[in-house]
Amino acid sequence: MAEPTSSPATTHPADEIPMRRGCPMRPPAEYADLRANGPTRMRMPDGQPVWAVTRHRDVQAILASPDFSADNRTPGLPLIKPEAQEVLDNPTFLRKDPPEHTAERRTLIPEFTLRRVRRLRPGVEHATAGLLDEMLRNGSPADLVESLALPLPSLVICQLLGVPYSDHEYFQTRAGAVLSRSSTPEQTSTAYSELFAYLDDLLTRKQRHPEDDVMSRLATEHLKPAGDFDRETVIRMCTLLLAAGHETTANMIALSTVTLLERPDLVAVLRDQPDKRSDVVAELLRFHSIADVIPTRVAVRDTEIGGVTIAEGEGAIALLAGANWDPEIFDVPERVQIRAGDQRHLAFGYGIHQCLGANLARMELEVVLPAMFERLPGLRLDAPVAELDYKYDGVVFGLHSLPVRWETPA
Amino acid sequence: MRVTANREVCVGAGMCALTAPEVFDQDEEDGRVHLLTDNPLDEQRDKVREAERLCPSRALAISG
Ligand code: SF4
Repeated sequence: MAEPTSSPATTHPADEIPMRRGCPMRPPAEYADLRANGPTRMRMPDGQPVWAVTRHRDVQAILASPDFSADNRTPGLPLIKPEAQEVLDNPTFLRKDPPEHTAERRTLIPEFTLRRVRRLRPGVEHATAGLLDEMLRNGSPADLVESLALPLPSLVICQLLGVPYSDHEYFQTRAGAVLSRSSTPEQTSTAYSELFAYLDDLLTRKQRHPEDDVMSRLATEHLKPAGDFDRETVIRMCTLLLAAGHETTANMIALSTVTLLERPDLVAVLRDQPDKRSDVVAELLRFHSIADVIPTRVAVRDTEIGGVTIAEGEGAIALLAGANWDPEIFDVPERVQIRAGDQRHLAFGYGIHQCLGANLARMELEVVLPAMFERLPGLRLDAPVAELDYKYDGVVFGLHSLPVRWETPA
Repeated sequence: MRVTANREVCVGAGMCALTAPEVFDQDEEDGRVHLLTDNPLDEQRDKVREAERLCPSRALAISG
């Protein structure tokens, strides 16, 4: 393995992955060549060689393969950002393999089934209406990220987990630091330990006074001695849910708004054809592919992917935006269009680590996008699309802020 | 057409229940796949094939 070098985030050698998006509304232009080429040797920011995998079928193959590890502790796993050793040594189940991954994920599956998510829907509608009421009270202009895109998923995950929303500033800033590629390992590690301490404390309260929420169920049913998990494992599960539940959906709401503002035809579909909402949301998920660079893997035995052999110990990055813009699967991928019933996009990943919150995220988007256009008449951007504050430094792509205006009755 | 579902590898993503709700459900208790029938009707076959392709953990198998 090459010596790690600390290259500043602003310089991007041609063979470095993750790449910076040129146009924020599409994957890096280089992905087209990478797809034509098949799995390609590139380098991570720390200099580690990595296979960049971009074709839809290859991304699916690698993410479904038991021959690749997602575990931080497997030597050779590529890192999308520098991490402190203690973070690497104590992964959440997103970065663990079976059987540990299986046990933790299984515990949480019932909390995110379609049936459960349908039951959460009225609460999400209510929270959305409340935030929109407040936006109307405070008046135009506003920052949509601050007033809607971020607080909605935050309210939802807090309610689900049983975390007091009044503490949201505390954990939002920490979750933000964990997910920023500009954070130093020290900053990430401090943010992690503060989140950990906060949830540790809350878990104690849930043990004493359990309520009807995920943390209480973990505290009373799954924590030793009643259950199988030690305290640290349970807290790390909660850290993951809290951090993942926030940023991802918030970024999708903000980016989708930018896209939809240029597509009144799709806004009309959202408004008039409720049965097509899931198609619009699937397409927005595909188009933006915000989690593009998250799925990194390392081969645990020599495995053939897309015509090349990825040798044991070699790292790979399965680029979700590459797969989601593969013209072999999606006709004219650069066009946002209704692809009726097509759920083949890999925006939530694929394989055993596919996003656990996918059903919840889809439902939140199906609720908030139409409601926002209905309640904020004449919604428009208050800055040019090219000048918005994009998260080029994010582990997940998105927007730091989104200035908007709407018409207020005279 | 016969469908089988391997509950041991299912990761509960629910793509099957979303795609072919007449054939697949998620267990109320553990959230993992629950077959409503292992012998889908002719008109359900396309959806079942689609569900098999979409299942991220490759828990579904079709024969016949
Ligand atoms: S799609 Fe596959 S992993 Fe998801 S619930 Fe159905 S069988 Fe399980």
